[in-house]
Amino acid sequence: MLYLILEQALNGLQYGLMLFLLAAGLTLVFGIMDLINLAHGSLYMIGAFLTAAFFQALQSFFPALLLAILATAAIGVILERLLYRRLQGMNHLSQVLATFALILIANETIKIIFGAQPLMIGMPASLSGAVELVADELYYPAYRLLIIGVGLTVALGLYLLVNRTRVGMWMRAGASNPQMAAVMGVRIKPMFTFVFALGAALCALAGALLGPLLAVSVGMGESILIPAFEVIVIGGIGSMRGALVGALLVGMIDTVGRLVLTFGLKLVVASGTAATLGPTLASMMVSLLMVGVLFFRPQGLFPARG
Amino acid sequence: MISSNGSSRGTETPLIAGLPGPWIAIGMAVLLALYPLAMNTLGEDFYIGVGSRVLILALAASALNLALGYGGMISLGHAAFLGAGGYAVAILAKHGVVAAWIALPLAVGVAAAAALLIGAISLRTRGVYFIMITLAFAQLFYYLAISLPEFGGDDGLPLAARSLVPGLSLEGDLAFYYFVYFTAGLAFLLLYRLVASRFGRALVAIRENERRMAAIGYPVYRLKLMAFALSGGLAGLAGALLANLSMGVTPHTLTWHQSGILMVMVIIGGSGYFWGGLVGAAIFLILEETISGYTEHWNLVLGALLLFIVIVAPNGVMSLRERLRRLPQGTRVATIPACEEKA
Repeated sequence: MLYLILEQALNGLQYGLMLFLLAAGLTLVFGIMDLINLAHGSLYMIGAFLTAAFFQALQSFFPALLLAILATAAIGVILERLLYRRLQGMNHLSQVLATFALILIANETIKIIFGAQPLMIGMPASLSGAVELVADELYYPAYRLLIIGVGLTVALGLYLLVNRTRVGMWMRAGASNPQMAAVMGVRIKPMFTFVFALGAALCALAGALLGPLLAVSVGMGESILIPAFEVIVIGGIGSMRGALVGALLVGMIDTVGRLVLTFGLKLVVASGTAATLGPTLASMMVSLLMVGVLFFRPQGLFPARG
Repeated sequence: MISSNGSSRGTETPLIAGLPGPWIAIGMAVLLALYPLAMNTLGEDFYIGVGSRVLILALAASALNLALGYGGMISLGHAAFLGAGGYAVAILAKHGVVAAWIALPLAVGVAAAAALLIGAISLRTRGVYFIMITLAFAQLFYYLAISLPEFGGDDGLPLAARSLVPGLSLEGDLAFYYFVYFTAGLAFLLLYRLVASRFGRALVAIRENERRMAAIGYPVYRLKLMAFALSGGLAGLAGALLANLSMGVTPHTLTWHQSGILMVMVIIGGSGYFWGGLVGAAIFLILEETISGYTEHWNLVLGALLLFIVIVAPNGVMSLRERLRRLPQGTRVATIPACEEKA
């Protein structure tokens, strides 16, 4: 049981870090550009599909991943220039609608290009095995360890980027007061483009890494968008630290809660019911956590703007 | 206390423009009453069912409009109330309760109670947080519906028969249309009374300037919560009718995609205009019907159309009349302030 929980905790860490990749982009775009982007999940889907397409062409995972990240970032730049820049000055309702429209367009376009059937991305052969973490007791898939490693590296990189570099300083300045930052000489517009492209690249990275674990399918962006939103609301919109803490919290509660709740429920109700109810209750606990956080700290755990 | 020109931007906002004149309302009622008869004589009975659908979704969109357009509460979770009403009817029917006079009020009650609860918590936040928290709550309902075997899981709950109204069989399309017509008509009457009352005016004023209203002593939180609960209850009524129309409910009714579509309808029609929900739902469903006849990729067309609307006419069709009237004077058309408030 202990090792089972440990294994689930690693799964939770992995899920949480993937959520972080999405939430980081979402929170940056919102915090810095004051733009609510429902289509963020679509970039994740596009990233996953591009990875699958490049993988089929190249038959090799990591080059496909790199290409997909670059291509998605490029799509992000185009979108930002054509649409998001225009949306930026609009009210939140218009932003919600326009990005909802983008979701419809993205889903339908993907369906036209790739068909409605889910695609598969093969796992790199070198990583398809399991690593023995505790002798004879705990084997953990190498690929998932890689995801955890990449997630942690990206988290560290983003932290350093935002808090230790000049670009990060501009980003923080732009987030707290874009007009003032512009007056002080920050070139706001190119920075917005950069931030958006960075968000898109992170989406593609998450989509590509999760591709071999999940089926790459139309609408996959929407199912992960809600947890990502919960993460940034819990953490505090615009806060990188908040996104990381929130993502790990959500990942852990969802994954470990699923196991513990299902196990606990089996003591009370029929096991079939418990198997379906456990995951639901775990997902609900995440939402309840969000409600609780908002109730006591309406700006989230780590508010970005004082 | 609230004079029509008391607001500093009274001329720009649809404080009054949102309300219909009596003749337009009567004309609309007559038109909608004659519609199925006309279709019947033309031999296009299929379109009677389409008409019922338009009316039901018009009701749902108008319910959302009360919160969104009049109250300025951007709720991205109204599908939850639509679904709550639908599931209430289906679950009751499963347990043998099919009388309409029990099922419909109960559906409204369940949805209103859910809206009261969700609103009570969500309204503590504002701006983007409000959008997201309503979205998350609706998602809770979705999870519940797909995972409880009681609710039929992924497949949803079929309805063995339509709700029972004494002395009237709802199985025929024509009879059902008139049932929907009267039910929705009553709801529209209620909505009109609400919007035209002091309550409605106060709600619009809160949308315009919440702090000022709080400062002059209005119970802002309570008024918004009331509007949200009423809006949820009416959406529940639409859900109950929808379950009757399609003879069952599926979790799809609860997806946030559905919430988005309702919002799209309101915006196409014009948020904060009394007929916004009706016009929007009609335009949306007619477009869907027509375009999906030509291509299976209707969503692509819808998406492009929406982008166009957001960029060109963000206030919806109902605002076009005023835009046109104002153009010669060269005044800039204001966006609906309901949505200007940011986090």
